Amino acid sequence: MIAYITRRILYAIPILIGVNLLTFALFFVVNKPDDMARVHLGVKHVTPQAIEKWKAERGYDKPLVFNNSASGAAQFTDTIFFRKSVLLFVFDFGRSDDGRDIGLDIRERMWPSLAIALPALFIGLLANITFALLMAFFRATYIDVWGVVLCVVLMSISGLFYIIGGQYLISKLLHIVPISGYDSGVQSFKFILLPVIIGVVSGIGSGSRWYRTIFLEEIGKDYVRTARAKGLSELRVLFYHVLKNAMIPILTGVVVVLPLLFMGSLIMESFFGIPGLGSYTIDAINAQDFAIVRAMVFLGSVLYIAGLILTDISYTLVDPRVRLG
Amino acid sequence: MMMKRAVLSLMMLLCYALAGCDGRPWNNPYAAQDDRSNILYSSFDQRPKHLDPAQSYVENEFALIAQIYEPPLQYDYLKRPYTLIPLAARTVPQAVYLDKMAKPLPENAAIGDIAYSVYDITLQPGIRYQPHPAFARNADGSPRYLQLTPHELDAVTHLQDFTEHGTRELVAQDYVYQIKRLAHPKLESPIFGLMSEYIVGLKEYAETLRKAQAAEGRDAFLDLTQFPLEGATVLDRYTYRIKVRGKYPQLVYWLAMPFFAPVAQEVDRFYAQPGMAEKNISLDWYPVGTGPYMLTLNNPNRQMVLERNPNYHGETYPAAGMPGDREAGLLDDAGRPLPFIDKAVYSLEKESIPYWNKFLQGYYDVSGISSDSFDQAVRITTQGDAGVSEAMQEKGIRLLTSVGADISYIGFNMLDPVVGGLSERARKLRQAISIAVDQEEFISIFLNGRGIPAQGPIPPGIFGYVEGEAGINPYVYEWVDGRAQRKSIETARRMLAEAGYPDGRDANTGKPLLLHFDTALSGPDDKAYLDWLRKQFQKLDLQLDVRNTDFNRFQDKMLKGNAQVWQWGWNADYPDPENFMFLLYGPNAKVGKNGENAANYDNPEFNKLFEQMKNMDAGPQRQSIINQMLAIAQRDAPWVWGRHRKKFGLFHAWYKNAKPNEMANNELKYIRIDPALRNRMRAEWNVPVLWPLFALFAVLVISAVPAVISYVRRERRVAK
Repeated sequence: MIAYITRRILYAIPILIGVNLLTFALFFVVNKPDDMARVHLGVKHVTPQAIEKWKAERGYDKPLVFNNSASGAAQFTDTIFFRKSVLLFVFDFGRSDDGRDIGLDIRERMWPSLAIALPALFIGLLANITFALLMAFFRATYIDVWGVVLCVVLMSISGLFYIIGGQYLISKLLHIVPISGYDSGVQSFKFILLPVIIGVVSGIGSGSRWYRTIFLEEIGKDYVRTARAKGLSELRVLFYHVLKNAMIPILTGVVVVLPLLFMGSLIMESFFGIPGLGSYTIDAINAQDFAIVRAMVFLGSVLYIAGLILTDISYTLVDPRVRLG
Repeated sequence: MMMKRAVLSLMMLLCYALAGCDGRPWNNPYAAQDDRSNILYSSFDQRPKHLDPAQSYVENEFALIAQIYEPPLQYDYLKRPYTLIPLAARTVPQAVYLDKMAKPLPENAAIGDIAYSVYDITLQPGIRYQPHPAFARNADGSPRYLQLTPHELDAVTHLQDFTEHGTRELVAQDYVYQIKRLAHPKLESPIFGLMSEYIVGLKEYAETLRKAQAAEGRDAFLDLTQFPLEGATVLDRYTYRIKVRGKYPQLVYWLAMPFFAPVAQEVDRFYAQPGMAEKNISLDWYPVGTGPYMLTLNNPNRQMVLERNPNYHGETYPAAGMPGDREAGLLDDAGRPLPFIDKAVYSLEKESIPYWNKFLQGYYDVSGISSDSFDQAVRITTQGDAGVSEAMQEKGIRLLTSVGADISYIGFNMLDPVVGGLSERARKLRQAISIAVDQEEFISIFLNGRGIPAQGPIPPGIFGYVEGEAGINPYVYEWVDGRAQRKSIETARRMLAEAGYPDGRDANTGKPLLLHFDTALSGPDDKAYLDWLRKQFQKLDLQLDVRNTDFNRFQDKMLKGNAQVWQWGWNADYPDPENFMFLLYGPNAKVGKNGENAANYDNPEFNKLFEQMKNMDAGPQRQSIINQMLAIAQRDAPWVWGRHRKKFGLFHAWYKNAKPNEMANNELKYIRIDPALRNRMRAEWNVPVLWPLFALFAVLVISAVPAVISYVRRERRVAK
């Protein structure tokens, strides 16, 4: 397994270089360093000297990828691309264009993102599996039919509607929780309750339908028939035997998103005023802060690759037939 | 039994977490212990980029640092027109004029004879800085934290980790130090370019510092006290001198802005220590001043908190105001010591819906009005006056309006062969378009009436603005029944024909006239505006091609003079007509000179008058020149003189002493809150409504009954 993981990590390096190159190209196709300087310096009293000074202070005064005026390796190393990219591979994210340490900001802002994303994921998983098993249990009855209809309805509603509707109903009309905001410790409960509920409810439609399909497929298999023939209760058949055997596709979906939970939710964090990494990325894009954008894209890629490796490893844990080689 | 206990415990935990079971509203986002505290609650929608007074230049940044830093001067809170009064200084300084030989000149000396203006500023003694680790001292008197070892820094994560604090008296050196910082090679002060044209030696000083930084190393601390600057010198402990080239009466306005606030050398040294920047501990993040408040929490991703500075030197609420101020209760606190509020909490609120609802729930004390909530909040009377709606009245919410010291306009590129130039043909074309673009309609449709049509570049409230018939733009308006009335579209068509475009077609070629509108507006709301704008041009049978681009490309086009017609705006730095008229001054053109004259308007007659006017003191002679300049600009019509914003603000009943002030940023110290009333209103407005939840739970239980029955039957069924 160690050889497999090592190999996967080595495969990740060219992928990350590619992602970095792509981010760099896309960003600088749209924005020139002069544009970035203007956005940061504002529109009043901005002189060409101020723009040059801003660029020089942050290393944007160098050529993008190839330095004609340098010689030897410096033609490639004395460029914006090299200087801004190479340290990412040792997770040194450097400073944002307004001078903040990005690593420190990421470490501070990942916790609020996790505070919403983790409960939403696990409670959502529990709710989806329970609802899907319920529909599978009552398959071909009114509960199954109306359950599927409900799922389709829930799937068809925009995520933004859940947020605005939830804020309107729970916070504005019923006055149950604050409409937005965030705090740490026990006080955070009242702030994360609504985003978590919305996260769970908005995911029930698609999640339950997907799991229902998996469970129905499993229910038709021979081992289920055998279990029933042995006289096991339907609840035990479903919640023990069927659920256990349906874990592989469930794990595929869950483990791969686990690392990405750090990245936060862009819209949710914005509407609820959650100081997480989702809003950090959006703010950076709006402010044309390339340093943060590349750091977050790089981090997202690393976490995604880590998620895929974790998924592979988890297969071996739930299915003894799977071996990594 | 166990189940019952578990449910009970869970409910108690929920209750505790939501509200602490103390009867306060569950949706209260603030800590219970702050309910009765003298705290102002407000919000911000974008995190401030800079809190360093040398770099900060945005309204939301000024809103914070103007409470912390004290420049020498400030604006009187109540008086209009805006009047400068001393803040840290003893008096408003008067310029002493010198000739080339540095000999004093009389006050009324000819502008051409004045080589330098000298401002001596004397500070009030006894002003002390807020408590800060940079001022902390060891028992032997040596600085406690100015030579930190890497080991000491390891234990530090935030500024609060420095447990010892100190203070010291504010001295003239601190103001001089800050002026020098405007030229610091590691800072990007937005006013350096402008100030280096006036403050003697500042441009050369920047070069000196750049060389010194290069020699010392990029991260080395530059002690600016070791580098003298001719234009800013210390005369004694409490007096310093600013020396500017020529006559520049606008300098006093800059002295009321944070750029000229004091920065102590030891504070700069403290933050410049190796390792501080890596921990995000910098002057740009943790400001240090002498003002009524200090920033005790800077988490712009969530909340920023200002608390009363225990070392504040004290000031009293103004004893005099304008007519009507006393009746409005604005002089109830006359003579009382400032500030009134102990703490101000600003929460990040990016979206307008939660922001507006929290204001209605009483969790924000003051609010602006977005277009979405305008109809809910404001009622326009048949006379056109704005007031709050009945729903707002019931809550005791008040509406205050003010006209912004700003202008939004549609500009013509005066270098463009079609719309530009000073020929009569081009003038008539621009004048015709100025009539056709109906600003009154725009204000009604897009601003809910929150604006007034501009007659020239100067907004109301600024010296030079003329009210009534004498102040209208005679090329666009006529005075009918005691009010300005836009000229008819027939008049505009006639002018267009005189310009050589009858029915919108070139008289020589017969081709329709196509104009290009360059803009960075691209949102869904902007589409309606752009459609409206096209229709305005269509009134004259002119075709308007909207060329959308991103803001960077747009700026690039403006710099290169590639835009033809566009929209632009300007917010005043200070209440002087020079700050608006310079937007039309030829040598200040955007193309080639990177100035703020975006239209690249260059009329020698106007330029000459501007050079005369800019250095004059306010008075009839200056007004006369301004009138001439306005007449020229209105005739040449380099802009469609758009509109001045009318700002609407909503204030809860517990918010006292609110008076909109377009120039002052340090209003927080004048505001008083009635926390008891606020607490009562919040409790009344936010009673939890639980029955829908119980009803939902009951529906779920009832709908589950058939399923349970079905399950039980199925389990009991005998296999066949």
